[in-house]
Amino acid sequence: MADFLQHLINGVAAGTIYALVALGYTMVYGVLKLINFAHGDVMMVGVYLGYATAFHLGRAQSSFAGILLIFLVAMGGCALLGLTIERFAYRPLREKPRLTALITAIGISFALSYGFQLDYGPLPGAAPRAFPEIIKPDEWLIIGDRDVVIWNWQVISLLIAIALMVMLQYLVFKTRFGRAMRAVSFDHRVAALMGIPTDRVIAGTFMLGSALAAGAGLLYAIKDTSVQPLMGLYVGLKAFVAAVIGGIGHVPGAVVGALLLGLVEEFVVGYTASSWRDAVAFGFLIVVLLARPTGLFGQVAAEKV
Amino acid sequence: MSRISLTVLAALSVVGGACERKNAPAQSAGQSGGTPQGVSSAPGQAPGGGVHAATPGEPGTPAASGGAGTVDGDTILIGEVGSLTGAEASFGISTRNGIELAVNQTNESGGVKGKKIVVRVYDDQSKPEEAANAATRLISQDHVKVILGEVASTNSLAMAQKAQPAGVPMISPSSTNPKVTQVGNYIFRVCFIDPFQGFVMAKFTKENLKLTRAAVLKDNKSDYSLGLTEYFTRKFTEMGGKIVTTEAYSKGDTDFRSQLTAIKGQKPDAIYVPGYYNDVGIVARQARELGIKAPMLGGDGWRSEKLFELGGRSIEGSYFSDHYSPDNPSPLVQKFIAEYKAVYGSVPDSLAGLGYDAARVAIAAMKRAPDLSGSAIRDAIAQTKDFPGVAGTITLDENRNAVKPAVVLQVEPGAKLKYITTISP
Amino acid sequence: MKTAALPVTAGLPQRLRGIFPIAVAIPVLALLQLVVEDMHFFVYLASIVGVNVILAVSLNIVNGMTGQFSIGHAGFMAVGAYISGKFSLQVKDLALSALPVAASDQLMFVLALLVGGTAAAICGFIVGLPSLRLKGDYLAIVTLGFGEIIRVIVQNTEAFGRALGLSGIPQRSTFFMVWFWVFLTVLVARRIAGSSHGRSLWAIREDEVAAEAMGVNTTAYKVRAFVISSFFAGVAGGLFAHFVPIINPGSFTFVKSIEVVVMVVAGGLGSTTGAIIAAVFLTLLPEALRSTFTALSGGQAGIAQKIDQIRMPIYGLLLVLLMLVRPQGLFGTKEIWDVLPRWLPRRRKGIA
Repeated sequence: MADFLQHLINGVAAGTIYALVALGYTMVYGVLKLINFAHGDVMMVGVYLGYATAFHLGRAQSSFAGILLIFLVAMGGCALLGLTIERFAYRPLREKPRLTALITAIGISFALSYGFQLDYGPLPGAAPRAFPEIIKPDEWLIIGDRDVVIWNWQVISLLIAIALMVMLQYLVFKTRFGRAMRAVSFDHRVAALMGIPTDRVIAGTFMLGSALAAGAGLLYAIKDTSVQPLMGLYVGLKAFVAAVIGGIGHVPGAVVGALLLGLVEEFVVGYTASSWRDAVAFGFLIVVLLARPTGLFGQVAAEKV
Repeated sequence: MSRISLTVLAALSVVGGACERKNAPAQSAGQSGGTPQGVSSAPGQAPGGGVHAATPGEPGTPAASGGAGTVDGDTILIGEVGSLTGAEASFGISTRNGIELAVNQTNESGGVKGKKIVVRVYDDQSKPEEAANAATRLISQDHVKVILGEVASTNSLAMAQKAQPAGVPMISPSSTNPKVTQVGNYIFRVCFIDPFQGFVMAKFTKENLKLTRAAVLKDNKSDYSLGLTEYFTRKFTEMGGKIVTTEAYSKGDTDFRSQLTAIKGQKPDAIYVPGYYNDVGIVARQARELGIKAPMLGGDGWRSEKLFELGGRSIEGSYFSDHYSPDNPSPLVQKFIAEYKAVYGSVPDSLAGLGYDAARVAIAAMKRAPDLSGSAIRDAIAQTKDFPGVAGTITLDENRNAVKPAVVLQVEPGAKLKYITTISP
Repeated sequence: MKTAALPVTAGLPQRLRGIFPIAVAIPVLALLQLVVEDMHFFVYLASIVGVNVILAVSLNIVNGMTGQFSIGHAGFMAVGAYISGKFSLQVKDLALSALPVAASDQLMFVLALLVGGTAAAICGFIVGLPSLRLKGDYLAIVTLGFGEIIRVIVQNTEAFGRALGLSGIPQRSTFFMVWFWVFLTVLVARRIAGSSHGRSLWAIREDEVAAEAMGVNTTAYKVRAFVISSFFAGVAGGLFAHFVPIINPGSFTFVKSIEVVVMVVAGGLGSTTGAIIAAVFLTLLPEALRSTFTALSGGQAGIAQKIDQIRMPIYGLLLVLLMLVRPQGLFGTKEIWDVLPRWLPRRRKGIA
């Protein structure tokens, strides 16, 4: 029973992080119909920005203001990065076939992840580093004789993640920008006809997604400590799988898909042979797609000719 | 029109590329005069992952023309293959640094038979076909005398199968799978092999720590880890211990909680984690976080400063087997550590030490050998006995593996290592 | 899309036209084989280039001619490599007594290649049938996932060597064999492109709904293209296993799949010539850079090494640049004879 509870906690913790990243994927896909392969690597950049900020803050990094600053710098920096990538790499290809944009996304992903492996100037180099403990660890809840331990940073991370998701929800459903975003993802030509500045909306979506990814990255670094330049590739892939499971383009679906993925991974690995871990995510994806070809919540859209 | 010019351009560059490739060795401008400058090691570079200058300055093409046995000009060319990019980059770069330090030191004290050593380094991205490619290139195009490499046994196997038929001696600094030296009598290594190291920790756990229930957390993507697991499991059970469960992760994973929770449920006395320091540090952290109090055990893959950085306080109290102890008063070891730190800015890990030793064994053999033909060098290497390495005293046995005792170290607070005991083969 | 080939076969009787290219290729390749036999590095490099060409041309059938998003080609290559490697290992000591040993070995080798290719084709069928019914983007992720699943299976199977890899496979590959298969792959690709089968594939690429409306069974055609493409990927893998001393999952990663996709896209989606040229160029480029910088490195230490290190990020940036500047790739959808200058004699069909 204790095991089950611990697995549950682990799974939810992993799932919420996948969810934050998956939200970025799904929002961008919604407005651009593009799989942004570079999303995971933007997350990685955010983590390094946070690392650098924490490093410069020194002891102040654990204060409330310090943590806030770290998050703001990372999320802001990534928003700018996302804006730049969209402006220079994706916008010129807006009308081109989607494979072209996909290749571009892959190119940016490689450039970022392998580029950060180099050692010159500000680039961090290939060796993994330990992300500083910005939330001083403290046991929050112990069940039994340390059968299940819940730490303060786990709770704080969960709260931050929920806060971010709630903010996003508010943004998407209660603001004008959110309405514009939804309009553009529904049909961008008609949205343009209605006077919505599609370019700006798309740019804004990108910035939002990237900022979320940065936030997710920081939570991930707090959880798993090790940061290295290739970390974005795998997390990005799993988050993308989660978004597809939920139905790509469907915002709440991404969250559900991510949580499910986190839990499935955790339980399958914990209770069966752990050497098959990497195959679990894709196996789960294939099972879901076989049953529901557009994902759990995806709308089966009739293709108009 | 532009399409045609594009085609022509593409074709020309391909041809140009092909020409470059084949002409390189034929350019016998290598004799161009002037003394080869002393080795230029880049001073004060970034710690750990920096890429450093390999070839000492030499005007003109440093390619050696002619077959084995001829030395061109004033240099002796040796080759190195390593993973300088990709997931294994930190290991390849450490080895690279160790080898470079050894070569620089040799050249500064006069070289071998009056000639300077030049190292030709190729990156293999940790892929066996690239390792084979690099080895073929070193053998057929560059005509090197000795090849050093690699860390991963898979890549070493690929290289060995190219070196053996060509009669070029090869020394692996850190490949531990027994199969590597079985390829042929031109293949050597200066490190332990898996059967020995697995046995070391099994013996230590059972007889020194007197623990009987162990769990294993192995790295499924690393042959080194799988090898150690296999031998540890075998020996431990032979000695009467019990392996309560074996879990696996993939190198590069950062979340081990699932596997650790499963291990925790089995209540082991100790956990054997024969992986690399990158992952082990995080494993330790998460194990403590989950409430696991059992000590952890490991192999020489733990040896690095990064272990302390990534593991924090969680790694304290755990043990691992290694080639040498840091407070080994041997002046050789201390000198090596000091010089490495001066040039590369960090304390050498076990890979750097082994790279250093491999290079020095090769150099010593070349000094001893009557001439520099492949077979002469090979025979000289095979005679290596009681060679003072920084990673232990090296004697090569009839299987061309290094016979040396292992030390068991414990991690202490303050990023220190404490020597516990020595276990001999 | 023009499919008119070079009109060399114009003067031949109908029956011989099919066999003609092969009949010419075999002696030419055999001659080359004799010439290059001892140039080890050249043979090795040529083999790697050949394998990449086969991969690119076969992927072109799916990504280019049929317009699908398959990014898991390395998975099929892995299947071919491991299965044919295992087969060769098993029959290592068998020989047909009727033939001299060398010939019997080569025959076993060809058999191994066919076994590997067929296994890969079966996998292609298993992967393709469910996923080709999904929208384009889903195929991408499923093929990607397939590659990963293959890797995990191999890593967990003792028979395939797990993390160490499969070694001991008899290294029977020769220049002749590799380039013969290159030739075959290109021939098949061209024949498909020029046939009515190929026209259906193009139709699917251009507008799937319209093709379906015109009576093309799109799923069937897509699966067929996928299976053919996987077969050749498997053969490429088999060849690979027989000249690389040891194969392990690290050679068949997602990055490898992407490299093949880049070759196809850079050459031009749908152009076989483009795929060939891009494959050759992109495979030789790192080697050429290495040679150049080693030669130049006279006073400058380690530039060759640094080049090796910046290779990947530069690759990424080049990709972006390529898509921005010339998204249709080098050749677009044309073949080499479409761009040859007019003064090369070409037989015009119909009214001259």
